[in-house]
Amino acid sequence: MTDLSTSGAAAPRGPHSSSLLVQDANTRKRNAAESRFRLYGVIAIAIAILALFALLGSILYNGSSSFRQAFVVLDVYLDPAKLDKDGTRDLEKIAKVSTFGYAPLIAAAFETKFEDPEIGVEGLSAKNAAKLISKEGPAELRRYVLANPDMIGETVQFEFLASGRIDGYYKGRVTMETAKLDKNVSPEQLQLADQLKEAGVLAIKFNTGFLTRADASENRPEAAGLGVAILGSFYMMIVVLCLALPIGVAASIYLEEFAPKNWITDIIEVNISNLAAVPSIVFGILGLAIFINFAGLPQSAPIVGGLVLTLMTLPTIIIATRASLKAVPPSIRDAALGIGASKMQAVFHHVLPLAAPGILTGTIIGLAQALGETAPLLLIGMVAFVRDFPSAPPEGFFDPAAALPVQVYNWTQRSDPAFVERASGAIIVLMVFLLIMNAIAIVLRRRFERRW
Amino acid sequence: MYDAPNLEKTVDQKEFKITADNVQVFYGDTHAIKDVSVQIEDNTVTAFIGPSGCGKSTFLRCLNRMNDTIDICRVEGNILLDGENIYDKKVDPVQLRAKVGMVFQKPNPFPKSIYDNIAYGPRIHGLTRNKADLDIIVEKSLRRGAIWDEVKDRLDQPGTGLSGGQQQRLCIARAIATEPEVLLMDEPCSALDPIATAQVEELIDELRQDYSVVIVTHSMQQAARVSQKTAFFHLGNLVEYGETSQIFTNPIDPRTESYITGRIG
Ligand SMILES: Nc1ncnc2c1ncn2[C@@H]1O[C@H](COP(=O)(O)OP(=O)(O)OP(=O)(O)O)[C@@H](O)[C@H]1O
Ligand SMILES: [Mg+2]
Repeated sequence: MTDLSTSGAAAPRGPHSSSLLVQDANTRKRNAAESRFRLYGVIAIAIAILALFALLGSILYNGSSSFRQAFVVLDVYLDPAKLDKDGTRDLEKIAKVSTFGYAPLIAAAFETKFEDPEIGVEGLSAKNAAKLISKEGPAELRRYVLANPDMIGETVQFEFLASGRIDGYYKGRVTMETAKLDKNVSPEQLQLADQLKEAGVLAIKFNTGFLTRADASENRPEAAGLGVAILGSFYMMIVVLCLALPIGVAASIYLEEFAPKNWITDIIEVNISNLAAVPSIVFGILGLAIFINFAGLPQSAPIVGGLVLTLMTLPTIIIATRASLKAVPPSIRDAALGIGASKMQAVFHHVLPLAAPGILTGTIIGLAQALGETAPLLLIGMVAFVRDFPSAPPEGFFDPAAALPVQVYNWTQRSDPAFVERASGAIIVLMVFLLIMNAIAIVLRRRFERRW
Repeated sequence: MYDAPNLEKTVDQKEFKITADNVQVFYGDTHAIKDVSVQIEDNTVTAFIGPSGCGKSTFLRCLNRMNDTIDICRVEGNILLDGENIYDKKVDPVQLRAKVGMVFQKPNPFPKSIYDNIAYGPRIHGLTRNKADLDIIVEKSLRRGAIWDEVKDRLDQPGTGLSGGQQQRLCIARAIATEPEVLLMDEPCSALDPIATAQVEELIDELRQDYSVVIVTHSMQQAARVSQKTAFFHLGNLVEYGETSQIFTNPIDPRTESYITGRIG
């Protein structure tokens, strides 16, 4: 203690700053500033986390129900008198029976159900009871019969989608009160649905169709799925990856390692940075003008979407790649050149492997951006209603398809409230894909970094 | 322009490995090397000494055209290696650097295994046909780099995981693995302890049998110990060049004298 105070007295700070056990005014001020700064940081992060939870919470709350769906299991007698009057089993003749011709079969199946004393509501005919089934039901029945004409005359057990209103009843969207005012559903039908649920005929199950079905029209929300959109987005990502990664990396390597530093490369550099900031809808207009109007590629096709998204992703990849090339210490290049490696060898053997994790991360961030991009796709016709799945690549790249974010946009435009749920569900799917991509980025980066 | 005078010079400069003729180096507008002419002999260790920033590294880097990698750097004058102008348009710097190896001021091993660090040069120059030959080269180079005993059990571990001094010896081993004719060393011992320094100096002396070695150093003692010739640089000028013993005992220029006695620093 004595030592401390004597040496402190000799210090130029003056006699009062002597003890280390007492903070002087200057230190106190600095510490206060530091703790204030930390507090701001904690508050900022807390707000961000709260906002994130609110967002995710609302999406999950609205959207998770789209993964559950009410199904009705019925035994349908495939009546030959209705489907194949002549009994020839001739496919062409059977195909002449339209979807409307199948609706009575479902009504007949309800007729049979009503033989059960537990089931049946006063004043509800079998024909009206059949409205519990989605309008998609008869169409599915028809597809089944056309695929298996031998089954005509048999009784087949079928799992039908319940109609959107019945589905909504079990998700809290429809109540007895709203049903009274609704021309699409009656309280009697809801009562019947409850009875069927009791009897195990109607059940709520996981809705795989949401991921595998194509989009459906305005009045069949229950049948709407993301299949075409997922496939379309997947095709576009393939196009973007195959074009943007090699072009972007090659361009960055050239600019960073080989190009002379002069005003031309300066202009190119500025322009690349500017391109990254160009609003995405501008790329849509560009794509429309060049790829569709000039090059004559088909509208709504993943190839055009992919090309437009490639243009958008390129600056991101180039900027990320150049940054990670710059981050490689120049001494590594010197080392390679110093023992007689060519410039190309130095870059490909030493610089590129070190920059790979950064390039990968940049690429996947670029892809994730492209996956979520909506505006340019609207302009090149990806917003069209597409019911048919695109075929397998490479022809599939030229078939019409939808895209995930555009599907979300599409569904939010529709009036039936059931589509709100679908849109939120689609956002969940989109975010799961983004999460998967980020996870892949992290895993790949770990892989590469483990090799020092 | 270059070729005609060189032909006649080739004859009387035969014993000189490297001949520099009125070399000027500019970094943009900075005149870093001013009119330097020097003859470097084969089988000799030549030391470059001089205060910090006087252009030793710059001049050394001219000798294997490493300055080409710096955009703003411009070299004028002739440098002949075995009578051939290395700044001739027909010369490929990559081929030159295989002949003129370099060890840098800061150790810069590749972030690869110790084995691959050494094997990289012989591999790209096609010096070996099979793995066994390569193994031999790697062991020989590491032994000559005075680091074999420390790394022989962990050749597959990263070269960047070694200590600074070990890294520098690894870099020396890497440079001699490609069997250069001239070895340029830029302060190779600045990160080494006295024992490793002694080993490297021994190595330099041994390398002299086969190569011409040029070493930049800040240690007067080291220059006196390892070199036969010494060049003293000051502010971009070559002030004095001659036998090491003469430079250290009987310098002609007063600036040299003040430097080696510690008055300019
Ligand atoms: N890349 C460069 N760009 C611009 N100027 C440079 C560059 N490298 C070196 N110089 C300048 O050239 C001069 C000589 O530098 P050089 O590195 O050759 O000195 P040195 O003698 O090796 O010094 P030290 O002993 O500290 O290594 C210095 O004035 C330096 O500022
Ligand atoms: Mg230097």
